[in-house]
Formats: sequence, C-alpha cells, structure tokens
Amino acid sequence: MDQILDILSWILLSAGGLFVLVGGIGAIRMPDLYTRMHVASVTDSAGAILVLTGIMVQAGLTLATVKLAAILLFLLFTGPTASNALASAALLSGVRTQDKDHKAEEDHSS
Amino acid sequence: MITLFSLFLLVLLVITAVAVVQTRNLFAAVMLLSIFSLLLAANFLLLDAADVALTEAAIGAGISTVLFLGALSLTGEREAPRKGPRLLYLVAVIAATAVVIYATFDKPAFGDPQAPVQTHVAPWYLEKTPEYIDIPNVVTAILGAYRGYDTLGEVFVVFTAGIGVLFLLASGPGSGSKRRGSRLTEVGQVTGLRHYLVPRVVGRLLVPFIILFGLYVQFHGEYGPGGGFQAGAFVAAGIVLYSLLEGEKKALDIIPRKVLMGMVCGGALLYSAVGVLGMLMGGNFLDYSVLLDNPVAAQQVGIILIELGVGLTVTGVLLSIYHAFAARGRA
Amino acid sequence: MYYVVTIATLLTMVLALIRALMGPTVYDRVLAVNMFGTKTVLLVAVIAYLFGRPDFLDLALAYALINFIGVLAVLEFFRSRTKSPLPGDEGKVSEVSEG
Repeated sequence: MDQILDILSWILLSAGGLFVLVGGIGAIRMPDLYTRMHVASVTDSAGAILVLTGIMVQAGLTLATVKLAAILLFLLFTGPTASNALASAALLSGVRTQDKDHKAEEDHSS
Repeated sequence: MITLFSLFLLVLLVITAVAVVQTRNLFAAVMLLSIFSLLLAANFLLLDAADVALTEAAIGAGISTVLFLGALSLTGEREAPRKGPRLLYLVAVIAATAVVIYATFDKPAFGDPQAPVQTHVAPWYLEKTPEYIDIPNVVTAILGAYRGYDTLGEVFVVFTAGIGVLFLLASGPGSGSKRRGSRLTEVGQVTGLRHYLVPRVVGRLLVPFIILFGLYVQFHGEYGPGGGFQAGAFVAAGIVLYSLLEGEKKALDIIPRKVLMGMVCGGALLYSAVGVLGMLMGGNFLDYSVLLDNPVAAQQVGIILIELGVGLTVTGVLLSIYHAFAARGRA
Repeated sequence: MYYVVTIATLLTMVLALIRALMGPTVYDRVLAVNMFGTKTVLLVAVIAYLFGRPDFLDLALAYALINFIGVLAVLEFFRSRTKSPLPGDEGKVSEVSEG
C-alpha cells in the first residue's frame, strides 16, 4: 500500500513539474502578451493541482493535508482572477494582439 | 543539494538586484523589487528561518509593493537621467565590497558547531525555554521574553516611523481636495477597481480569510512561525485589498483615522503597560513571571499580551501610511 | 522524490525572471511577477516536505494570499494613472461593466 502511494505521488509530482515547466517555457516563447497569459495560466491551474495533490498523497490524513487543501483552494481562487484582471486591464489600456497582417501595436511600451 | 539550491537562488538575487538598479522605468523596478523580496524569502526558508521568511514575504512582497506604487502614483514614471562621476562611484563601491569580503575571512565557517554563538547563549536558550516558558517556538520566546526590551524598542521604532510619515504626508479630506480640485479627488476616491466585476467578487470573498489568517498567525506565534509583526502586516494587507477594490472612502468608513491612531498609540502603550504592571506587582520592568501565580503560565500570558501590542501598532502604522499615500489624490 | 519538482520549479522561476526583465510592456512584467509568486508557493510547499517540517506550510498559505494583493495593486495604480481625467473634464472615466 505504501509502495502504491509512493508511486502515485511520484507520478503526480513529476507531471506537475512538467506542467510548471511548460508554463515557464510558454511565457518566454509566445509572441504576444495575451498568448503568454494563456500559457502561464497553465501553471496556476494544472501545475498547482498536480503538485499539491502529489504532496497531499504523501502527507496522509493529517493537519498538513488540510493546510495543503486550503493552499490549493486559494491558488485556484486567485490565479484565474489575477489573469482575468490582468487581461482586462491590458485590453482597456490598448495593448493589441499580434495580427498576421500588421505587427503588434503596443500603446504602453516601457 | 540544498546548498546548490541556495546558491542558485542567490545568483538569481544578484541578477534581480542589478536589473532593479539598471532599469529606468520605475514601475518595472517596483515589480522586480517584489520578485527580489520573494527570492529573499525563499532563501531564508532554505536557511531554516521560517519566522524571518514569513515577515519578509508579508512586508516585502505585500505591503511594500503597494506603498511603492502609491508613491509612484504621486511622482513620475521615469527616472531622471543620472549625473555625476559614475566611475568614481563604482570604484568606491568595489573598494567597500572588497573590505567587507576581506572582513568575512575571519568569521567562523557557516554552521560551525564550535562557533561562539552556538556554544554560549544558544544552548542556554534551547535548554531553559521548556523549563521557564514552555512554548515550542524558541524564536518567539527569545523575542518576547528573553529580549523583550529590544522588542519594545522595535515597537517604538515602528511607532516613530509611522508618526514621521504622517507628519510629512497626512492630509485630511479637506486639504487634499483644496490642492487638486475637488472633482478630481472625488473621481479618484470613488473608482477603485469597482469596474472589474470578477476581481471584485473574488477579492471581497478573500478579505475575511486574510484577516482570519492574520489573527491565526498572531495567536499561533508561540507554536509555529508567526508573531505580532507578521500578523500586523497580514491584517493591514487584507484591509488594503478591501480598499483597492471598493475605493478608499469605504475603507476609511470601516476603520476611521481616529481608530487607526488609537491602534498605533494603543499598541505601544499596551506593551509598556505590561512592563509597568510587572514593576507594580513586585518584579522588574517587563518581568512577566510575577503577573500570575504560576510563573510559567505568567510568561505565556505576558508574551501573548505584548504580541497583541506589537500587532496593533504594526497594523495601525501600515494602514495609516497607506491611507496617507492614497489620499493625496491620483495625479 | 521531491528533487525533480524542485528543479522544475526553480527553472520556471528563472524563466519568469527572464520574462520580467525582457517584457516590453508593464503587463508582461506583472504577469511574470504573478507567475513567480505561484511558483514560490509551490516551492515552499515542496521544500517544507523536503525538510520534513510540515509547519512551514503557513508560509505557503501566506504567499498565496499576498501574491494576489500585489497584482491587484499594480493594476489599480497603473490604471488610475493612465485613465485619470484632466482637470478640465469631469468624471468621464471610461467604464467597462464586466471585468
């Protein structure tokens, strides 16, 4: 039984690490702000769920599992909300997506 | 392996610091400072210092970023071009760094068990705490009981800083609107993020949890990482979140300025009162063991009371400073 | 077992830092900081278990809450900076009813 739990958490943690890495690479390689936001939100959802569930399987039924569940809950609440707020703020201030026809016009380059 | 992680994070820290200094856009610098503070907190965690990491996260990545942004909204966004002999400054900095690095050659090795700090005071604290104070978190025992006088000084430093900032920046609703024109201030105070529905709903859902977490950290400081300073920063962050979402006027309706001043002064007074109470009951200043019949329980009660004082003062000061910045009107 | 995840998270932190240094607009940097914050939460949770000290999880909970406040503060101040009306015209801030 312990062996099965160990293997399960190994799989979950590795998959979570993979998704986290995918989000990071996407944030660098994507051509435009909105596509970057889209990829980076993968880490907030899939990466967080897999990694924290993997640790929860290791922790068993203790107080630590409750705390990890609370962390997961707060991450799932605030991650997509922050992406939403960021995207609407960027849209309102005029950051345009990159079309195939013309280059991206960004009103607020810094 | 852990050393490798630490070194890696320290390299990232240096890169971020160089980037903060190099960039001319001040918003970017504030964002990079937030990353800097998170990296520093992760480093503290790898060094097994949980209390310090919690404080660094709460104050550095949370409140400091908000205060910097508040200051930026009053000033310009770009740094003015630098003048002066840059080569001379660079040489001076390199010379000072070389002297400091040379001075570290005399220190005992990192983690050396024979170092003076590990052989004189630290074992005494670790051995005697279960006997005198009996709480699991020795850091809080040292902060609250053994070195309580130093912590009193820290609370008064926070208090003085708050008073200083309020001297420079405070404006009631009257003087702010006289400076900028009442219409502009009205607009600036009414908006907030209320036009964004989703962050507003989720944010309002989170505010009670943040304040509850702040209270948890306050009273749990004896058993895990926590204490007054962190708790004050968390409660202030929760109310700052509410103020960002609903507009500053509503936040001032909930906790008016008089109450904030009461908290600022009341916390420091509470701490000193505990000390004087110890004197009145026959012990020294800040001697908790005379407060109750059982000296161990008395020490715990004393620590809880002074942490409460610390939390009150820190909350009041951080919120006062935030309101002082935010009330100057949005330029 | 935890080393793989720790290394993946540290690498992603480096990538987020690169995006924060590189990003042409301010929103890229805010995105990078938000990502960095969530990675720090995961890193703290994993390291807490690596060290065998489950009481460090309070830190992860703290960061998860504080990270959100930072992002919202940036958006609020940057928005109020670019959309603030001139002293001439009155409160005609352009509104979007849904976020």
